Amino acid sequence: MSAPSVLFDAPGPRARARHRVLTGFGVLLGAGGLGLVLWKFQQAGQLDGELWTRLVLSGDVWTEYVVPGLLKTLQAAAVSIAFAMVFGLVFGMGRLSQLAPVRSFCGVVVEFFRAVPVLLMMYFAFGVYAVNNVFGVDFNAFYGVVTGLTLYNGSVIAELVRSGVHQLPKGQAEAGLSIGLSPGQVLRSVELPQALTAMLPALVGQLVVILKDSALGTAITYPSCCSRLVTRARRTRRPSRRSSSPRSSSSCSTTG
Amino acid sequence: MGEIFENYDVLAAFGMTLYLTVFAAIGSLLLGTVLAVMRVSPVGVLRRLGSFYINTVRNTPLTLILLFCILGAFYILKLEFTPASSPTWVRDNGIRWAIVGLAVYHAAFVCEALRSGVNTVPAGQAEAARSIGLTFAQSMREVILPQAFRGAIAPLGSVLIALTKNTTVASIIGVAEASGLMKVIIENQTASVTVFLVFALGFVILTLPVGILFTALSRRLAVKR
Repeated sequence: MSAPSVLFDAPGPRARARHRVLTGFGVLLGAGGLGLVLWKFQQAGQLDGELWTRLVLSGDVWTEYVVPGLLKTLQAAAVSIAFAMVFGLVFGMGRLSQLAPVRSFCGVVVEFFRAVPVLLMMYFAFGVYAVNNVFGVDFNAFYGVVTGLTLYNGSVIAELVRSGVHQLPKGQAEAGLSIGLSPGQVLRSVELPQALTAMLPALVGQLVVILKDSALGTAITYPSCCSRLVTRARRTRRPSRRSSSPRSSSSCSTTG
Repeated sequence: MGEIFENYDVLAAFGMTLYLTVFAAIGSLLLGTVLAVMRVSPVGVLRRLGSFYINTVRNTPLTLILLFCILGAFYILKLEFTPASSPTWVRDNGIRWAIVGLAVYHAAFVCEALRSGVNTVPAGQAEAARSIGLTFAQSMREVILPQAFRGAIAPLGSVLIALTKNTTVASIIGVAEASGLMKVIIENQTASVTVFLVFALGFVILTLPVGILFTALSRRLAVKR
């Protein structure tokens, strides 16, 4: 059932009338939702021009909060992606190893970190780094984020590597072995290159998850885009009556 | 170590995790089903609304959705679930907004799981439903969705596991669930590996049976073809 058209007939007169009603309902739902949001914003004074000019026109919102926040988000994501790829490749190959102890050790590590929430790891890593001041005050939160993201997403990537290799035709490994390559050589030079190509779509999806999850750094005081804008919104709110800018949230979502 | 767990109520914190999981799961299942039907419906406007929702929500970090719920919807727009006169006003609203945020976020993933379930239903089933004159709503209710749910059990299980783990994000908006308690213990007492392992084990205990159960269910309930 690939095309949705299998699910319904070409509409007759009665179905067309029904579809018109439903179309009206859909338009009402969309427009009503939008209207409700705008009305609520209006009520809370969120559409006041002052709030929006302050966001758009004043330079410091952008130079102090948005752009540095975006850069921090990208930094954390980039470093995490690099580490997670290495972690995933090492443990993915470990799970395919010929040595039973290596295999089971990598299996336990990967399954454990996949089952534990990212945020729990971030809290713990940040706690350890902060108490012992491992990376200095400026970098403890950064490496807390990187550690959490690396362990979790690295484990997911390790699973991707393993399933990618398992999905290859058996003949590939057999051909490699029959021309005299060792099992390790077969894995490195025959199976992995093909598996990596096959798993590329899932891998890219996981990299997007890393970028999105870097927003969790908010919880451990990492000044990513998200937390910067929350700070900014809180500062805006205090002097004027009830005026955190709603725009701050929506502009932040462009990072996700 | 023992006194740490005497002074802090770890079980209550995991109870809150479970509470958030159960209610957010129910909410996201309902919303996700509606969205899935919208996305395969014959009405173009509904289809587009559904896709818009999925694309927006799936590409927004959960952190941001929950922060918007609490800072935007609750504090600024004053949308409250319990009246301000209640003594546990902030706490209750935090918990309920967390459930709403989690449900809204995971509904997008439930919808995708259900759509993959719809794809497991053979075209012949839909054609048979049409040929005996069922309308779209009837064929959905009587023929397609019952089979789609049975085909979507495995992906729905992964969504539920992800939801269980994602309830930790609620600690960012101040809900006292397991990871929030761990943060408090680490800040006030000690950043020891034991504390981390206890909480990690708690989550393994919560998610592992779900995974096993859903794998078994997806085998038993799969439509035999």
